[in-house]
Amino acid sequence: MTARKRHQQTEVLVRWILIGLSAVSILTTIGIVLTLAYETFEFFSIVSIVEFFTSHRWAPVFDPPSFGVLPLVAGTMMIAVLSGLISIPLGLGSAIYLSEFASKKARKIIKPILELLAGIPSIVYGFFALTFITPLIRSVAPDTQIYNALSASIAVGIMTLPMVASLSEDAMMAVPDSIRQGAYALGSTKLEVAIHVIVPAAFSGIAASFMLAISRAIGETMIVAIAAGQTPNLSLNPFQSIQTMTGFMVNMALGDIQQGSIEFKTVFVVGALLFVITLILNLIARIIIQKTREVY
Amino acid sequence: MKTTKRHQRRLLLNRIFEWIFFSTIAVAILVLGALLFDIFSRGISGLDWSFITSMPSSRPAKAGIFPALLGTLWVILLTALIALPVGIGTAIYLEEYANKKSWFFKALNLNIANLAGVPAIVYGILGLTVFVQLLKIGPTILAGALTLSLLILPVIIVASIEAIRAVPNSIREGSLALGVTRWQTITGAILPMALPGILTGSILALSRAMGEAAPLIMVGAVGFVTFLPDSILDRYTVLPMLIYNWTSRPQDEFAQLAASGIIVMLIILMLTNLTAIILRNRSQQRID
Amino acid sequence: MSIKVNVQNLNFYYGDFQALKGINMEIHENKITALIGPSGCGKSTFIKTLNRMYELIDGTKATGSISFDGTELLDKATDVVDLRKRIGMVFQKPNPFPKSITENVLYGVKRHGDVPKTEWKELLETSLRKASLWSEVEHKLNQSAFSLSGGQQQRLCIARTLATKPEVLLMDEPTSALDPIATAKIEELLEELKKEYTVIIVTHSMQQAARISDYCGFFLSGELIEFGLTKQLFSNPLDQRTEDYITGRFG
Repeated sequence: MTARKRHQQTEVLVRWILIGLSAVSILTTIGIVLTLAYETFEFFSIVSIVEFFTSHRWAPVFDPPSFGVLPLVAGTMMIAVLSGLISIPLGLGSAIYLSEFASKKARKIIKPILELLAGIPSIVYGFFALTFITPLIRSVAPDTQIYNALSASIAVGIMTLPMVASLSEDAMMAVPDSIRQGAYALGSTKLEVAIHVIVPAAFSGIAASFMLAISRAIGETMIVAIAAGQTPNLSLNPFQSIQTMTGFMVNMALGDIQQGSIEFKTVFVVGALLFVITLILNLIARIIIQKTREVY
Repeated sequence: MKTTKRHQRRLLLNRIFEWIFFSTIAVAILVLGALLFDIFSRGISGLDWSFITSMPSSRPAKAGIFPALLGTLWVILLTALIALPVGIGTAIYLEEYANKKSWFFKALNLNIANLAGVPAIVYGILGLTVFVQLLKIGPTILAGALTLSLLILPVIIVASIEAIRAVPNSIREGSLALGVTRWQTITGAILPMALPGILTGSILALSRAMGEAAPLIMVGAVGFVTFLPDSILDRYTVLPMLIYNWTSRPQDEFAQLAASGIIVMLIILMLTNLTAIILRNRSQQRID
Repeated sequence: MSIKVNVQNLNFYYGDFQALKGINMEIHENKITALIGPSGCGKSTFIKTLNRMYELIDGTKATGSISFDGTELLDKATDVVDLRKRIGMVFQKPNPFPKSITENVLYGVKRHGDVPKTEWKELLETSLRKASLWSEVEHKLNQSAFSLSGGQQQRLCIARTLATKPEVLLMDEPTSALDPIATAKIEELLEELKKEYTVIIVTHSMQQAARISDYCGFFLSGELIEFGLTKQLFSNPLDQRTEDYITGRFG
């Protein structure tokens, strides 16, 4: 009887401990939102929100300071778009090959290589961009600055490629084999099955993988901090030095900025903007994925 | 006649595109090869025992990575100690206890999915505000480990959920039907079967944390220290921070040091990932 | 003859679907009660109400009364953990834990904490003997349960259940995944077991029910059509539907 009572007490205790542990992840979200929101409100009580979103100059530590976030957003978007031009076609091509063309043996060799590529830390890609990709670009286009958006974008693109490949492949593999067999039975080639049947059927999953790759690129930090430069620049020239939102945050954190100062708050404001942009992209991707699940 | 011509064109197109698709993978593999070649050709010559055991120095010839190696070890072990119980506990709650229709369950699931997409540097901001400033832990190993724990928590939770879900329901029923409690069923039957899967996912998550620099920059890890940490409340550096510090210096010698440091980091990562893969294969054999 | 379990007006629901309709049944102590009927008739659902295993499925509900030695089994206050110790269950497919044979048998007692450690060894042997498995495994008690054949695994699951000293043994088609020889062994075993336990067995095979059971119930679409002595039910069924079923006219 006492053993039974002890067991019951353990059950209740365990349940509450587990609820407590589960609360950590919820508290993390609340913490992120509150932290960013608090400093952002403080910031906008000093700097006008109109200036922040419309001014073309980002110079928070200059005298007089200027708080136009557009150059950072432009830099970030340039990295996102250029890296997407690499990760999306290459990733999708890899996924189609793996899902529709590759033999079992080829898959067994190729998949670990892609996993390896995905497991390399971004600092290593940053180093690679600076010491390998940039000299390569400069040997073709000698006017390119040492720190430039193109080199960083290529590295970010390679880094996010495995993500596009593996998520798109998952989506294509999820297309029921009966559909595939039906298409083959009509005398289609592999290419026709892939392009006309599988890719359209897996389209939402593939689109979601693009979104997630872009979101990853926007949040990527070390590659751009090393290879893209530290010049807030409202230009679309990929051969120039730029600064991204994440690059700015790292730069400020490494510097000697007084806590609580307006310069310090800019880190939180830019962080909040980054958080919102990536959250929206991730939510869209999630909604797309959920929609596909309902189809099958 | 016309149909065969068309037929041959279709087959040709099929072949051409098979090569195009394959070449996209070839590009990825080539880049990986170039990356490894670039780093090894730069760094391998500087890699010797004294590089591992020496302090960093402003004179490249004498510089080593010892404090960063120790710092990485401290931070990752502490991260594992914090993140594993929280992550596995959350997974157990979600899979074995929570009512799947409750708002808490739904909120938790949505929350975990969204947290997985938050950029690492944003966790750094959270760590800076909450751990470094609010809780006054300062820019210490503990603050870094807490921050990284939150960063990899979603990954550990998702991996643990998958491992627990892979345990056949008949095992769960068989245990409960013997009149043991839910928690005894979890510790006695479910976790022993799920553990290899949980560990595989967790090791992969920890190796991701090992390569992170951005969130640690926010919580005040330094790039260059010449002392060894001896408590979790010491200041510290980690391998990626030291590599970043060396990379951002203009002299070529430091780029070589960075490459040597990267080689060490990649070897450690390879070993941990290998452990994870071996664990995964073992557990698959057992369930078969 | 004493009544071990008394079921009165039992209804059972999966969400909106009513799987059991007004079941009344008296289960006699130290007898084998077999439950037959076509698949989906509710016989498996019925035995899952007896140890409240249905609670593992969301959205299930049972109403009515099941009295077990005088206590109301469906009462919220009844401790299910203790209940499942007293009413053991053997499943359709053998489900040993991925542990050694010893660990499997002692799994329950090690967690209940009501048998002193010094008696574990003896309990292990008696449980395995009762399940007629002892002679086949006594030299490899520390080997994985997965090294056994399907029929041996099922007897191990029976031994595992017997080790917790239950009063009632629920069996959900325990031989459906086994070959005829292994099935015969388990049927022989049941003859022995009823001396000590009250056995309730769901079976898809009428021949099996006729061979082994003392009482028999016929389920159809969630209703208990007929219940009585097995001899009576098979030789002289009262309901036309029972007769149709046992003469193979449907099902």
